[in-house]
Amino acid sequence: MDWTALSVSLQLAVLTCLFLLPVGLWVGRTLAHTHFRGKPLCEALIALPLVMPPTVLGFYLMISFGRDAPFGAFWHRLTGEGLNFTFTGILLASLVANLPFAVQPIQRAFEGIPANLREAAWCSGLSPWQTFLRIELPLVWPGVISALALTFAHTLGEFGVILMVGGAIDGETRTLAIAIYDRVQAFDERGAGIMSAMLLLVSFLTIGVVYGLAGRRRWRRV
Amino acid sequence: MLPTSGRLEVAVHQAGPIPLDADFHCEAGELLALVGPSGSGKTTLLRVIAGLMKPRTGRIACGEEVWFDDTAGFDRRPQQRRVGMVFQDYALFPHLTARDNVRVALGHLEASQRNERAERWLDRMHLQGLGNRYPSQLSGGQRQRVALARALAREPKALLLDEPFSAVDQVTRRRLQRELARLREQIRIPILLVTHDLDEAVALADRLCVLQGGSSLQMGDADTLFRHPASAEVARLLDRHNLFEGRMVESRGERRLQWGSLTLDVAQGLERLTPGEAVTWYVPDSDVVLHRAERSSCGPRENSVSGRISEMVIMGGTTSLAVVIDHVDETLRFDVSTHAARRGGLMRGGWVQLSLLASGIHLLPKESKERQDEYLR
Repeated sequence: MDWTALSVSLQLAVLTCLFLLPVGLWVGRTLAHTHFRGKPLCEALIALPLVMPPTVLGFYLMISFGRDAPFGAFWHRLTGEGLNFTFTGILLASLVANLPFAVQPIQRAFEGIPANLREAAWCSGLSPWQTFLRIELPLVWPGVISALALTFAHTLGEFGVILMVGGAIDGETRTLAIAIYDRVQAFDERGAGIMSAMLLLVSFLTIGVVYGLAGRRRWRRV
Repeated sequence: MLPTSGRLEVAVHQAGPIPLDADFHCEAGELLALVGPSGSGKTTLLRVIAGLMKPRTGRIACGEEVWFDDTAGFDRRPQQRRVGMVFQDYALFPHLTARDNVRVALGHLEASQRNERAERWLDRMHLQGLGNRYPSQLSGGQRQRVALARALAREPKALLLDEPFSAVDQVTRRRLQRELARLREQIRIPILLVTHDLDEAVALADRLCVLQGGSSLQMGDADTLFRHPASAEVARLLDRHNLFEGRMVESRGERRLQWGSLTLDVAQGLERLTPGEAVTWYVPDSDVVLHRAERSSCGPRENSVSGRISEMVIMGGTTSLAVVIDHVDETLRFDVSTHAARRGGLMRGGWVQLSLLASGIHLLPKESKERQDEYLR
């Protein structure tokens, strides 16, 4: 059992969720509430990682993370470090690959709130921030839970993008999914089997806990 | 705890996207009904007053406070206006209990007082013991009362009610209407009631404001509106039927109204017309008198006309009649009590004699010819 790989996988999944939560809330809410000319284009761009083969997405990310590319060069100037074959690199790649999983459920949830609930909150004297925290957030909570569960599970299982950007550096970019592949390549079926079972268990527990939390509410829509 | 404030004055105008041309006021303690068909801009006006929508130009003030004034560049946010708004579907927060729904509107109080005050509002609205229920666990009438409690808990300067009785059954509606009538005696703030139900408006409101296409057409108490509509359009919107075309005639210094080959006495209004001038006139239901058949040989009567019943529809206690008037070939519509219709032996095809009371005949002010034609059609 490769505990280092499991630790990398879990760190990656947790950090991806933490970073994407505010992004998903902001982008999802904006897309649900506003109408602008380029909106379908924005939505298409966000959904793109869903339909692109992971290796293709990974390829483009790898290219843009290189020091010859504008983004890679910018990052190097900023931090003095490269992005390919680093944990930061696979985290950034994971954020891009999981954007649709974080944004879409939250956007749908915001779209499901009747517009007059916000207005009723304003008429009751709540500021826009109070309205967001006390009215909107509790109402979109199931959508937020879905987004987190999808993002977490998808990050644990991500293979193509991580391999392209990160390779398989032990303790840095070798996630459990990649470690399993390596084991199989080395004809260690037993090792691969144990790790696969572990990934299955962790995924199931996470989703179970998350859905259990989401289902615990006493109210329902009128 | 019971809110008081001053007069609400509204004057808003815009050409689009939703046209508005409204000008009305509502005194503290008064209930003004905004009536009009769907799409007449009633709800839009409430939203504008609440600050949820910004009109192009105009001024909205309540008591001493100015809420909106485009010339001064002044536009208060909904939070600063302190209006109590009851939305058509109540817009209760589904994830909060009845008590917490009311608590949300108590932000102006110390946190320690809010629970007790919320309970008092629920009690006042006859919702004792329901504070822990979620909106989905309440009946339609109870939801409406929670919405009203939430609106009043804010101690608003004005109360805005958007079709508050449309989502409940008839029995509940009657009860809630009685409760509103009682509540009115306790709060001294302007109350605007948006409704498309004329009976409801007449029963609850001190005055009515008739709206069409975002424009306020006429404002007054129900009796004035029903007896003296300002235009053919107002009469039509108030579901008044008896609008006809006539002509002023003068013979031997006496002015009368010519209607087809009949001439009618009119108590007032003829003096502002010139002989031969065409005029649209209206007679309210209440001024059409049906004569009993056995007494038809009595002496001369006021504006006596006769006709044949072309339509007779019994609807519970009232019977709607349509009578085609002899020599004019126009249809006069009015209601009589079903009891009177039975006693008089009225039936379809039967012949009746009527009086159109001279004091009731109302000559409409002149409008453009095309508009009149449109409404007479």
